[in-house]
Amino acid sequence: MTPTWAQLAYLVAAVCFILALKGLSSPKTARRGNLVGAFGAVLACAIVFFAEDLDNLMPILIAIVVGTVVGVVGARRVQMTQMPQLVALFNGVGGGAAALVALLELDELSRFAEAHIARFDMAATGFTILVGAVSFSGSLVTFAKLQELMTTRPVVFPGLPVAFGAALLASVGLSATLVFEPNLSWGIVLAFVGLALGVLLVLPVGGADVPIVISLLNAFTGLAVAAGGYVLGNAVLLVAGTLVGASGTLLTKLMATAMGRSLFNTLFGALKGGSTLGAGEASDRPVRSAGPQDIAILLGYANRVIVVPGYGLAVAQAQHTLRELVDVLGEKGIVVDYAIHPVAGRMPGHMNVLLAEAQVPYEQLKEMDEINGDFKHADVVLVVGANDVVNPAAKTTPGAPIYGMPILNADEAGQVIFMKRSMRPGFAGIENELLFDPKTTLLFGDAKDTMSKLLTAVKAL
Amino acid sequence: MSEPVVWLTIFVLSVFVGIEVISKVSSTLHTPLMSGANAIHGVILLGAILVTGAAESTVAVAVGVVAVVLATVNMVGGFVVTDRMLQMFVRRPPRQPQEPRS
Repeated sequence: MTPTWAQLAYLVAAVCFILALKGLSSPKTARRGNLVGAFGAVLACAIVFFAEDLDNLMPILIAIVVGTVVGVVGARRVQMTQMPQLVALFNGVGGGAAALVALLELDELSRFAEAHIARFDMAATGFTILVGAVSFSGSLVTFAKLQELMTTRPVVFPGLPVAFGAALLASVGLSATLVFEPNLSWGIVLAFVGLALGVLLVLPVGGADVPIVISLLNAFTGLAVAAGGYVLGNAVLLVAGTLVGASGTLLTKLMATAMGRSLFNTLFGALKGGSTLGAGEASDRPVRSAGPQDIAILLGYANRVIVVPGYGLAVAQAQHTLRELVDVLGEKGIVVDYAIHPVAGRMPGHMNVLLAEAQVPYEQLKEMDEINGDFKHADVVLVVGANDVVNPAAKTTPGAPIYGMPILNADEAGQVIFMKRSMRPGFAGIENELLFDPKTTLLFGDAKDTMSKLLTAVKAL
Repeated sequence: MSEPVVWLTIFVLSVFVGIEVISKVSSTLHTPLMSGANAIHGVILLGAILVTGAAESTVAVAVGVVAVVLATVNMVGGFVVTDRMLQMFVRRPPRQPQEPRS
């Protein structure tokens, strides 16, 4: 039995988690909120060493040291552009840990005489194993997609809905079996079915929707941890897991709304077909391209310029040069703003983080609702490394994977300049009609390289 | 109240608290919030420590050690990377007290 003082300390940890989530939802308190959460987590894990009678202390401590080193090094080394996949990876290992914990607990429980095991405990154990495994494998697939280790386009094969249905049925059947016949072998089979289910769930999701799925899997891991807390009879795990499960589900919904997508469409849209618009290959239709000199003249003689930054900008590490360019234009009396699409980058809010890193003043960053009416007054829109967020197909082509997603109205401006590496379509894998528009000029090349040429040319005007 | 009902009560109340505390989040903070929530469920480390501490066979200890490593990576890495993200937000001039929304 856990001593009372420890249970009270667990309660303190649980309150810390609530305050952490509360703090994280407002810019001013976010950092403090995160630290409060970290304090709660460390507190909860420290208490267990004093409150419980533990064997195998040496292996546990070594494992914690190893995990800490891996976690800190991974979190510090990662480029800000690659952060979404790191979050996916961290979420996946958490799910994996939950599944392993439940398997070990199952092993422990199944040694007792069957009659002593509450059915509901077994159901919760099965749930943790299954959902933890789904979260683990699903997160690994999202990681592979974001890291572009595999195609970012939806992967659909003819038997996929059948395979998914079969895996789903098998998982329900196995969970039921586990309730009436607690046995480690069934648990292990269930874990493998969960792994398959996670892969099948995420494969058909297109690249642009991956952030929503990461958030969903995050909520899944939360629920797995909550069920694990019930199995272990530990209230802080139950509270922490449930908090993450509930807030994660809401966050997933908020993200989907910000992208104009329903959750169902995100997960199963590709299975219904019709989203294969654009072959994902470079088109050979004619476009108008120009050199940095010409573009510099366009920019230098404009009155109002709006910059639409995208993931390509951050990948090329061109955000510092872009800020210099905007500063120079500002000195010439040109009004310049950045139009930030809610999902610019790879995740909601990602672009704000990336530009803040380049010390772009906060006042210049305009959210979509705020600036969308201004595009028709803009002389020039400079789209740097973005594509899907200005693709008019979202408004005009029902059946396009991004149809219904709110976009920045770059097509309403006088002139549109795209800085692109190639004619390759965006992350969603669909062609952008705006590229072929008569008022569009393309400036090909690596964003950083071209940006510094453009900067020199604008300075020389 | 019987024990399962106590657990159910905690669960249901936590659901409402979880939804309530983040219901006013601005879209700029979606990513750090997801990352922070992700770190919080790393507290499964506590569960991993408990089961490993009770494990008897070598195999069970080995599996438990793997679970502890994975959970620690989730928890520690999650909080560190969230803090890194949020550092960027703090450097902003505090001129605008609220998110400018139209």
